[in-house]
Amino acid sequence: MTTTQTRPPASATEPAAAPPAGRPVRVLGFRQNLSRWDLKLSPYLYISPFFIMFAVVGLFPIGYTAVISLMDWDLVRNSGEFIGFGQYVWILQNPQFWTALRNTFSIFLLSSVPQLIVAIFIAAMLDRNIRGKTFWRMSVLVPFVMAPVAVALIFSNMFGDVHGLVNGILTDIGLPAVPWHKDPFWSHVAIATMVNFRWTGYNTLILLAAMQAIPRDYYEAATVDGAGAFRQFTSITLPSLKATLIFVIITSTIGGLQIFDEPRMFDNTGEGGPAQQWLTITLFLYNIGWGEWNFGRAAALAWILFLIIILIGLINLAVTRTLVRDEGIRAPKARKKQKGVRA
Amino acid sequence: MSSLNSPAALSIVESSIPDTPRRRHNRTTRIKGRRAGFWVYAGLVVVLIGSVFPFYWSFLIGSGDSTTINDPDFSWLPGGNFIANATTVVTDPAVNFWPALWNSIYSSALIAAAVVVTSTLAGWAFAKLHFRGSKPLLVFVVATMAVPMQLGVVPLYILFADLGWTGQIGAIIIPAITSAFGVFWMTQYLRQSVPDELIEAARVDGASMIRTFWTIGVVAARPAAAMLGLFTFVTAWNNFFWPFIVLDRSDPTLPVALSLLQSNHFVDYSIVLAGVLLSTIPLLLLFVVAGKQLVSGIMQGAVKG
Repeated sequence: MTTTQTRPPASATEPAAAPPAGRPVRVLGFRQNLSRWDLKLSPYLYISPFFIMFAVVGLFPIGYTAVISLMDWDLVRNSGEFIGFGQYVWILQNPQFWTALRNTFSIFLLSSVPQLIVAIFIAAMLDRNIRGKTFWRMSVLVPFVMAPVAVALIFSNMFGDVHGLVNGILTDIGLPAVPWHKDPFWSHVAIATMVNFRWTGYNTLILLAAMQAIPRDYYEAATVDGAGAFRQFTSITLPSLKATLIFVIITSTIGGLQIFDEPRMFDNTGEGGPAQQWLTITLFLYNIGWGEWNFGRAAALAWILFLIIILIGLINLAVTRTLVRDEGIRAPKARKKQKGVRA
Repeated sequence: MSSLNSPAALSIVESSIPDTPRRRHNRTTRIKGRRAGFWVYAGLVVVLIGSVFPFYWSFLIGSGDSTTINDPDFSWLPGGNFIANATTVVTDPAVNFWPALWNSIYSSALIAAAVVVTSTLAGWAFAKLHFRGSKPLLVFVVATMAVPMQLGVVPLYILFADLGWTGQIGAIIIPAITSAFGVFWMTQYLRQSVPDELIEAARVDGASMIRTFWTIGVVAARPAAAMLGLFTFVTAWNNFFWPFIVLDRSDPTLPVALSLLQSNHFVDYSIVLAGVLLSTIPLLLLFVVAGKQLVSGIMQGAVKG
């Protein structure tokens, strides 16, 4: 980012202005004109595919979703009748929405918190001086190539209520079988396990990369001062990972609130359980939109989901800002001190 | 949506960390330090088993028959029915396995290729060309990553239904040919890997903008483009929500076919899990060939910038 900050004025004008300055003045020919337009327009041309596509499949749908959400949409006529905020009221008064909201947050917490803790510890192991680095790194990433749908099918089988592997092991060691598909909490645990299986390794690698960027001198100094491995981990490694952890938390929040594949595949009806035990917001949206074919309500729910994501994002941003500002204030102070010492 | 879990976006947050230049020196000293003991390897073996076990489990069940899972003397060795179960999967007319496989291959490949081209072009412009509004536009690109797919599905579905595109593979390719994550990733990479002097020299020699891009940008972008292509391919291959909505059951992609397999054979998990394994084999093969690149891509994205 800094390169552009310092460079643009110079290099933006130089190539275009340089030839006329050096040579005798003459009228700009067709070629020069062409070249100037080339210089000016090309950047916009190069970025245009992204913006055109975003306008068509991003911006337009966002606006149109808002319009549809205020309508009673008729699929046969393919148009709607304006009814105001009725669809939003219907959603917010529907107890299924609140169940779905609770389930979504519950699954999100059960997947992100343990996942981050485990990822940090695996990353710390990989950060050691080990043999066969590439092999171990690849081994944590294998689950990432499996489709969430496939992961969900395997784990739904392992978490079967009657003949599942997990309940088999639990009963073998004398514990009671867990009602994975009946109890909301346990169904969330099962679904969160699928998410964790697929994403832990990915986040491990991101955290590992951040760990490797920590200067090794810190650890050497800490060793000299007599700090043990655990103390080094809590006092050096964890604080240095703050920025990375914030990033991982933000992305997993946005992804986690949209969860669909795993709850959809958790049983063969795909409707979130007979008593909505594992109905999530996106699953609810699908059921309304493509189960009941009520696009007005689905659009309203989509906007509600977006607002929830923005809200959580703003909270995240506020937290991030204060944390980063802390660091920003601390860094210049430290530098000033150094200067003072030298002088 | 999954594009949001982008390692490269990290650099926004991480650019506030000042110690980048020291990294290389530290890498050499770290080799001596902290040799791992027995417990580290023991821990890693546990992680490895955790990563691989579900694959083995699906082979175990997928190579048995419908009674394997209820069997009181359950054996941890695979049975001999995998080929038979796999045959059931690929011949089931309701599942359309072969069309699904082909659809997944070519749609993911086209999406990956398109994302690489559009992202390299835009990344080149953002990283190395100076134009009015480039900064706010790049911020805008990054901000679009927070827009959930769900927000657009209803109007997109209506639009595609109007155009008669529902049920066509094009309906999952077209919306995916650009990627905010891709643009950001290529911008970050190209900014660091091409010196500005090189571009100025090319311009002074009279090269047109597109020629400069082609001879300098494309050549420099190759390693990052390969990683982006790989990452996009895997993401597109595994995508479920939108394909599930817009595609016909008769012409699905693999994840959609798997969901059909589940609803048709939910009483016989040996067939479902044989299908799961079968649909994962192509990506496992890709991982064997290119997993190393995927690992280093994710790790590089995390610290660049």
